[in-house]
Order: sequence, then structure tokens, then C-alpha cells
Amino acid sequence: MTKTNEVLDSVAIRFAGDSGDGMQLTGTQFTDTAAILGNDLSTFPDFPAEIRAPQGTLAGVSGFQIHFGSVEINTPGDYCDVLVVMNAAALKANLRELKEGGIIIANIDGFDPKNLRLANIAPDQNPLENGSLSKYQVFTMDVTKITRAALANDSGLGVKEIDRSKNMFVLGFIYWMYNRNLDHSIKFLTEKFGKKPDILDANIKLLKAGYNYGETVETFTTRFTVEPAKMAPGTYRNIMGNQAAAIGLVAASEKSGLPIFYGSYPITPASDILHELSKYKHFGVRTYQAEDEIAAICSIIGASFGGHLGVTASSGPGIALKTEAMGLGFMLELPMVVIDVQRGGPSTGLPTKTEQSDLLQAYYGRNGEAPLPIVAACSPADCFDAAFQACKIAIEHMTPCFMLSDGFIANGAEPWMFPKSEDLPKITPPFITEFNADGKFLPYKRDEKLSRPWAVPGVKDLQHRIGGIEKQHETGNISYDPENHEFMVKLREEKVERIANYIPEQKLDSGNAKGKMLVVGWGSTYGAIRSACTKARAEGYDVSHAHIRYLRPFPKNLGEILNNYDMILMPEMNNGQLVKIIRDKYFVPAIPLNKIMGLPFTSHEIYDKIIELLKVEETVFASNGATK
Amino acid sequence: MDSTTQVAANGQAPKMVAKDLVTDQEVRWCPGCGDYSILKQVQTVVPELGIPRENIVFISGIGCSSRFPYYMETYGMHSIHGRATAVASGLKASRPELSVWIVTGDGDALSIGGNHFIHILRRNFNVNILLFNNEIYGLTKGQYSPTSPEGAVTKSTPNGSLDHPFNPLALSLGADGTFIARTMDRDPKHLQETLRRANSHKGTSMVEIYQNCNVFNDGAFFIYTDKETKKLETLMLESSKPLIFGENADKGIKLDGFKPTIVSLADGASANDLWIHDEKDAVKANILARFFDNPSKENHLPRPFGIFYQEDRHCYEDQMNNQMGSVLTKKGKGKLDELIAGKEVWVIN
Ligand SMILES: Cc1ncc(C[n+]2csc(CCOP(=O)(O)OP(=O)(O)O)c2C)c(N)n1
Ligand code: SF4
Ligand SMILES: [Mg+2]
Repeated sequence: MTKTNEVLDSVAIRFAGDSGDGMQLTGTQFTDTAAILGNDLSTFPDFPAEIRAPQGTLAGVSGFQIHFGSVEINTPGDYCDVLVVMNAAALKANLRELKEGGIIIANIDGFDPKNLRLANIAPDQNPLENGSLSKYQVFTMDVTKITRAALANDSGLGVKEIDRSKNMFVLGFIYWMYNRNLDHSIKFLTEKFGKKPDILDANIKLLKAGYNYGETVETFTTRFTVEPAKMAPGTYRNIMGNQAAAIGLVAASEKSGLPIFYGSYPITPASDILHELSKYKHFGVRTYQAEDEIAAICSIIGASFGGHLGVTASSGPGIALKTEAMGLGFMLELPMVVIDVQRGGPSTGLPTKTEQSDLLQAYYGRNGEAPLPIVAACSPADCFDAAFQACKIAIEHMTPCFMLSDGFIANGAEPWMFPKSEDLPKITPPFITEFNADGKFLPYKRDEKLSRPWAVPGVKDLQHRIGGIEKQHETGNISYDPENHEFMVKLREEKVERIANYIPEQKLDSGNAKGKMLVVGWGSTYGAIRSACTKARAEGYDVSHAHIRYLRPFPKNLGEILNNYDMILMPEMNNGQLVKIIRDKYFVPAIPLNKIMGLPFTSHEIYDKIIELLKVEETVFASNGATK
Repeated sequence: MDSTTQVAANGQAPKMVAKDLVTDQEVRWCPGCGDYSILKQVQTVVPELGIPRENIVFISGIGCSSRFPYYMETYGMHSIHGRATAVASGLKASRPELSVWIVTGDGDALSIGGNHFIHILRRNFNVNILLFNNEIYGLTKGQYSPTSPEGAVTKSTPNGSLDHPFNPLALSLGADGTFIARTMDRDPKHLQETLRRANSHKGTSMVEIYQNCNVFNDGAFFIYTDKETKKLETLMLESSKPLIFGENADKGIKLDGFKPTIVSLADGASANDLWIHDEKDAVKANILARFFDNPSKENHLPRPFGIFYQEDRHCYEDQMNNQMGSVLTKKGKGKLDELIAGKEVWVIN
């Protein structure tokens, strides 16, 4: 039969099923293929909180959304166009993410009486049958039955193993629907199951079966094409945030000549950095899984004292445990990088959900006056650059430096026009091997950056002792002198402030240099803010966007930029953290926009707020005009 | 023996003496504190080891004892309370060639730092731990510590402590430590010899040092150091020698199955029947570590000093570097551009 083909600019697909259904794999496979075919894209994995929640229940639903297009893609998509559900719980949990009129592809078998019961749906209220989905286009297929039939006689696999591969059938079908080829996934499966030919054959067979199913079954009459995006010329790869952060660290190691020592204690969503780095031993990376977060950061203090680049990563609760040691690192003035992959807080909070939870912790969370520089990544690929810059600051300014990421960008993916190593800046550690004063070594003698020299054990005659007790200027000897303490506190603060002389000035991401409204963001809200501002401007609204990467110290021109607008809007996925700091530092009446649901902003939420504020302003001006 | 000790023998490093290890910092312990003696013995022994002082690092936590690094003309770090073991682990893992010494107190190592303490022992980094046990919190002015005996009357326990104390050596054995020893501030020769042995052991050497805090817990260990009581209350362990103690070396320890009993040599017991000390015997080391009776107890066993246990087991840092080496051999030196590009790329023109 003939099938029609429709061309689309962009599509958002959400795969949802039980955590055992392989939805994350299905999503990443579709993502990698879309990337290789040249689409711009953004992804959002939505993990269940429990690793092994009872099968078929709402708690066990795992989702993966990909937004891909031939146009610029900044977010995983506010709502999805297509919702693929493997069972009733997946539909129930995700229906609110689907656009009105959107497509539902449902696995019938997942809506049997047992699955309905597990999803807390009455037996006579099967949504596939009771008409409640009339607003959508619903397609059903009996995935379980078809896959079992496809592999029935000759696969050599048991029913359990066959059922476990059913996601490949779904993937094959979606590939057909969007005119994708199977090459990448076949290659992937071959690498993954090369040593298990039975399983490899079965998976490839199902992938093809899904594809052919679309071709032959009459219910599906339309296929869609999404052309490659017109992205800047260059060489691209697809990358996830934690992966990018890990590679950024290795790049900084190579550019500084310092081996990485990575001490860490597992925690969601930071663990993947440890997993990633543990594979890079041939890059001279040492990974050390410590007994707790305190030991993790203390181990990197030891390594940094020894002349290595100490790095640790954690999430909110673990960062809290590292607090005291960060203060020690600050006093020792040794280079260290502390990565916080933020998640919903407080306490254990929402481990698998995202939140810009820890800016204030990073800013103020230590005893005494202990300012640390902070660099924030704004997208998955940007984690590379943020990690690299955090290392550069730490090393060249002799200080612990924070890098902030979050669950959304850590696990999200996007295409990345990656740099060549030769184009990355060099990093120069301030090592010292000789006396720096007449006939002696002063460990706290400072250079023009106010940073101190780095003498590592093994260097003859530069033996010295450092610690957390207040020190005398230059000698580093213990000092309880009142004047000295105040002097040192100011000096250490000034040292961190001076980093502003070495970082780029703040730029506008989009919009006019002066105007009605500036939207100021940081971190992973970048894509949603960018899309919202683009849309509002296209409709004639005067709105600009600045996204702050260097949160401490701020770029020198930030205050000036803030003063160029009538209104400042600050969206944050928290209860308003950067907004407090900005108001405090620049005395500007910034307006917060907060979302604290463990979920990223949709661009619409930001767009709506922009319009609301600018409309109010228009009416106020209009009425003022009328009375004049 | 550590390879570093060879250097001096070859005459490559100029010979160091104790005063080369003295810093320009005034020593700030209370007059009469046991810490002085320990510092002196360390400054006596370290120059003999033939390790250039720039290759030596002393790392401490917080406490009176933890002031130690400031007085050693080596590299040093006065870290934070309880964490010296964790800091030293990271240093040793990244710089295995350094000689790393940890100085810690009973509170520092066993209370706030208890977790890192057991973990460094099981990982067996090649470092030396000097645990200054004064059975009190000195720096914070006299609260009971995790080694204070039950009933101890201190600033925070006016009616007597309710805590059952840790037995640091039994704890260390439980954590699979590979070198377990006890010595005391008032026996300079024994302390020196124990330090030498600790240094030559490859692995984590745990040396508990009974240290008198004359201000807040004076005399806690006098029973083991005073002339009148010492011989009866202490059992000096020597490798391959029978366990003998007493005023005139007239008492011995015999094992009845797993039960140690005191026998009198004067009353006809034979030295041949006595327990012969074997540093390699883990089972016996565990029994020895349990010679921990309160000396006020009737028929109590004497308190042993010396090397309880020594075992050769691979060190974490060596394993770590071996693993890195074998990955390097297998994969070749990593190429950054390949890592950045990953497995699959595409070009947009
Ligand atoms: C995080 C933290 N908690 C508490 C203290 C206070 N403090 C300093 S030393 C110490 C106990 C020291 O006892 P010990 O380790 O036995 O050393 P000593 O002074 O007896 O040599 C305490 C509780 C601290 N410095 N840091
Ligand atoms: S308080 Fe006790 S342990 Fe501390 S220096 Fe004084 S005597 Fe020594
Ligand atoms: Mg003590």
C-alpha cells in the first residue's frame, strides 16, 4: 500500500515504560541515530526514583524524551508530539506531557487486567477502550505477541529473554516512522552482543521486524521526515553532560601536565563521572572510591599537596559533607575542583530529579570567610568547557574551584561541535623549585594574582608546613595576631575577586544591548530561556537574555549590563538563589521566576512570564499616557 | 627495607642529623607533656632512615598531638580533625615514592576519624601511623576520649564515663591491619626501635604510643612506666622469644587451648612450655591484643608492648599503579583528540 510522507521541522518523542523495558536504551539509540543524521537535538531522561520498583507500577515508570529537528533545538521539548508507552502505568504517568492531538503508540499487552490493576486503573476503565483518549491519535500494537512470534522457533532464547528485547521492535518501528536507517543501532548491538550471537541475532531481527511492521501494517499510513539541521559547519559528536565533564577534566590534565586524582563517593547523579574517569587510566587518571565524601575530598587535598590535580564530585548531601574540607582547601590554597551535580533537595530530597539546589551552598556554605570561585555549565556539551575552566582557575589561582552542573544536563545529551586539543588554552601551574625570598622559601608569598607558589614534596629545600590555622602573611606560620587575621581574610577575598581580571566579560546571549527586559539565567535553564526569548522577540517584545557562567567572581561588566534594562527577570529551578546574590551585590530589583518541581522549565513557562510582565508594563505606560 | 634507605649507604645524600629536622617554630606543648619525648625519638630515628627530608611528609589531624608536623623540618600538613588518614591516602596514592607519616590522637583517630582509620588499614597504604594515645581530649581541655576507661571522671563526665572504651590494637587487627604495635613515650629505646620497625614495614604501620598528658590525665600509664610496677605490669614482646615478665622475669604466659594463663617459672613451670611470640601469627596476635584488662582487676594479664603482628600484603598504591600500568600497556597512551571525538562523529559543511 502507499504511504504518505510529511516533512516536519522538529519532533519530540517520549518513550515510557517499566524500568525493565529498556526505555533509556531505546531513547539513547534513537538519539545517537538522530545525531548522526545531522539533527539538532536535546534529551531528557526521566528516571524512576526506585531502582527496582515493582514491575508495572507507577513508581517503576522510566521515561526518555528526545526533541530533534532541522531547526535549532534548545530544550527537550515542552510537550511531546509522540508518546510511546509500554504499559498502562507509563501512559498514566506521562499523558500530561503529550500535546493535544499528539500520537500515542501503545503496547496492548501492557494494558491487560493485571497491568491495569498495577497502575491503579479499574478493570472496566482501560484507557485504550473507554474513549478517554479521543483527543489523541492512538495506535496500538501487540508488541509482546509479535516479538514472541518473530522469535518463536529458531532464536534459542527463552520467553523471558525474548520479552526483554521487545524494546528493539519498538525502536525499529519508530525508525520506520521517522525515516531513519538502522545502521547505527545494528553497529551498536553488534559491539554490545558480539560475544552472544543468540541475543545479537534476536535483537537485530526484532529491530528489523519493527521497521517492516511499519512498512506492511495498514494502520500506519504516514511517515515523517526531519531533515538535518543547518548547524554551524564543523565536526560533531553526541555527548551527555557527565561524560563531557569527565573529558573536560582529562583535557585540563593534558593541558596543565598535571595527572588527575579523582576521589569520590557514589551518589546520583554524579556517579557517572566516576564511572567515566575510571576508564581513563591510560590518560594517567587515578580514580579512588573513598569510604565517604569527607574522605573523598580529603584524599584530593593530599593529592593536590603532592602536585596532582585533585578533583571530587558529588551532589547536595555529599557536598554538605565536604564543607569543612573545602574550608581547609581554601586555607591551604591548593588547586582542587569540586563538582556539584545538583539534584532536588533538601536532605535526600529528590535524588533522581533536577534542581538548581546548591548555589547558595556553594556560595556561602562554609564556616568563616571562605569565598570560592564558581563556574556553572549551561548544557550537556558545555560541561566540557565548564570543567576545563574550573580546572584552569583552580590551578592558575591556587584555590579550590566549584563547578556546578545538575541532573538535567548531567544525563541529557546534545550534539557537540567539539574542539581540537591544540586549540584549547594552556594551563600553567605555579610550581616553584627555588627560594623566593633571600635564602628562604615563603609558601604564602603572593604574585600579581595574589596566588601563592606551589612547592610539592620532593623539591629540595622547600620543605614547609601548611594547615587550616590562620597564617601569618607570606611566611604561612601560625598567627593569632588580630590585625593579621583581618588582613588575611580580606587578602584571600581579594584574591578570589581578582579572578575577574582573567575571565571573559559577560556577553548577551541574545537581544538588544539596552531595552525593556533582560532575562538573567545560569546553568541548565539556558535552553528554555533562549527559546522563550527568541519566541517573544519574534512577536515584537523587547527582551534580551544573559546567561552567567562565572558566578563567583562575576564578570566585571555584569553590573553595567544589568543597569541597561528596565526590568530583570531571573528564572531559577529553586526558590530563588542567584536572585538574592544579584540583588545584594548590584541593588537591582530583579524579579524571580521559580520552579521547584524537580523538573526543568518548559520554554512556555518562561515565555508566559516574559509576556505577562511586559504586557503589564505596556498597560501601565498606556494608562499613564492617557492621564497626562 | 625501603629502597630509599639505600641512598645514604651509597653516600649520595649527605648524612642528616636530628637537628636538621628541627624547625624554627617554638614547640607549644605543655611542659612535661609526653609529646616532647615522642618528637625527640622521631627526630632521632628519621635521620637514620636515609630518606632525604624533602621526600618525607608528616600529616596530622587536630589535637595537641597533631601539632607535630610544625616541628618537623619536612613537608607537612596540619589538616582537619580526624582526616589525616584520608589526606595521607590521597597523597600516597598519587606519590607512592614519598615517605608518609600520620600523627593522630586517640580522639582524632578513633572518634571523629574512626571511619578513615579502619579504611586505611584495610587498604594497606604504605604509611606509618603514630597514634598518640593519652586517653583524653587534650586540646579541648580534658573531656574523655574513646579510649578512656569506663568510669573515667573528666570535664564532661563528672560522674564517670559510661562509654566502653575502644581497644585500638584489637580494632586495628579487626580492620586487617598489617603491622600492629604498641610502645610508650617513657621508653625512648623501645619507641625508637618500634619506629624503625614501623618504617621498614611495607604497608600501613599502626603504632599506638601511650602518651602522658600531664595536665588532664596525668599518670594514666605510669603503671607501665614506673620502676615499681613496670616489670609486673608490662609484657615486652620479642620475636621468637617466650612471653616472660615479672619482677625477676619469673612469670610466663602459657596457652591453654586459646586461653592465656600466667604460670610461675619460680614454681617449676618450664620456659619450654611458654607461648613463643610469633609476629606472623594472626590468631595469636588477636589473643595478645585482648590482653587489655584493667590493671585493678585481680589476676589480670600484663599489658603487651612491641610488635603484635606483621604481615606482608600488597599495598593499595602499588596495586593502583600496577593497574594503571597494565591498562597503559594494553591500550597505549591515551590520545586526547580521540577521547574528545568519541566513537562516532559527523561533519556538517
Ligand atoms: C570538626 C571538629 N570538631 C571538634 C573539634 C575540637 N577538637 C579539637 S582537638 C579535639 C580532640 C583532640 O583529642 P585527641 O585526638 O585525643 O588529641 P590530643 O589533644 O589528646 O592530642 C577536639 C574535640 C575540631 N577541631 N574540629
Ligand atoms: S594538654 Fe596534655 S596532651 Fe596537650 S600539650 Fe598539654 S600535656 Fe600535652
Ligand atoms: Mg588524646
